[in-house]
Amino acid sequence: MKQYEITFIIDPVLPGDEIQTAGKAYEKLIANEGCTIVNVDEMGLQQLAYPINKRNSGVYKCIEFQTESGSVISKIELALRRDERIMRFLSVKLDRYGVKYNDDKRSGRIGKKAKSSEKQEEGKQGGYVKRDDLTLLEGVGPKIANLLVVAGLKSYGDVAKASLEDMKSILSKGGSNYIGHDPSTWPQQAKLASEGKWAELNKLKDKLIRGVNKSSQEEE
Amino acid sequence: MASRDDIKFLSNPNIGKDNKKYCRFRKFGIRHIDYKDADFLLQFVNEQGKLLPRRITGNSLKYQKKVAIAVKRARHLAFMPYVTDLLK
Repeated sequence: MKQYEITFIIDPVLPGDEIQTAGKAYEKLIANEGCTIVNVDEMGLQQLAYPINKRNSGVYKCIEFQTESGSVISKIELALRRDERIMRFLSVKLDRYGVKYNDDKRSGRIGKKAKSSEKQEEGKQGGYVKRDDLTLLEGVGPKIANLLVVAGLKSYGDVAKASLEDMKSILSKGGSNYIGHDPSTWPQQAKLASEGKWAELNKLKDKLIRGVNKSSQEEE
Repeated sequence: MASRDDIKFLSNPNIGKDNKKYCRFRKFGIRHIDYKDADFLLQFVNEQGKLLPRRITGNSLKYQKKVAIAVKRARHLAFMPYVTDLLK
């Protein structure tokens, strides 16, 4: 038995359930080829380190499976390559240490807990923190997202909790360009995003473009 | 009383101390390097996202090769940037 791991990035701009179905389709495909799926890791929406196809974030998913022969890999890779919803993929064969590492990681052994919190602190000091893609909120462009992050609003949760006055002062500090932007709906949007309700968020965004928030211009 | 921190040395007092480099993978028994763990891999690249040489990280050849592969995989999947500035 050989163990493989396929990680891929799904386009985040698809409607909410489409992302799910795209991910599920590959689980099915792998299972249909007679492989046993060991683990499926939904890593969720993450910021990309560099833009791919003009997207700044992507939905990551990692499928780990066992198979007798490696010949299924080429079939799966062909399907992934032909799929426009998939931005990137990588299939890796795991050696025995890799299998053990993943097992340990899943069961929380590996002594990783203490280490990973240390690492996160290190990461924060280094100024390189994985953060939510704030630009997915209606009315927030890359520049405003940057302002918010600098002011300490790094995740959807932070934005959801922030008060109107705070955000207005953040915007006005950023310069006169941003005064025209109305942050009143951002906490509401951020709350949906932090709870993972992408479908509802998309509906809300549709409304905002037409109605309530007409005055705030789209950035760029 | 002036504490040791207040004293200014003409030369670096740490020179000559025996802090030998070591391979952290051998020392702590890490056998597998995960390409999805970008925070960990960040220790092996410089501010521009380039791989650091063995003479600085102290990795043994075997694990330096594995680090290099993991970093390249992380770059492909956009966990880490190919080129950048002020990464750290």
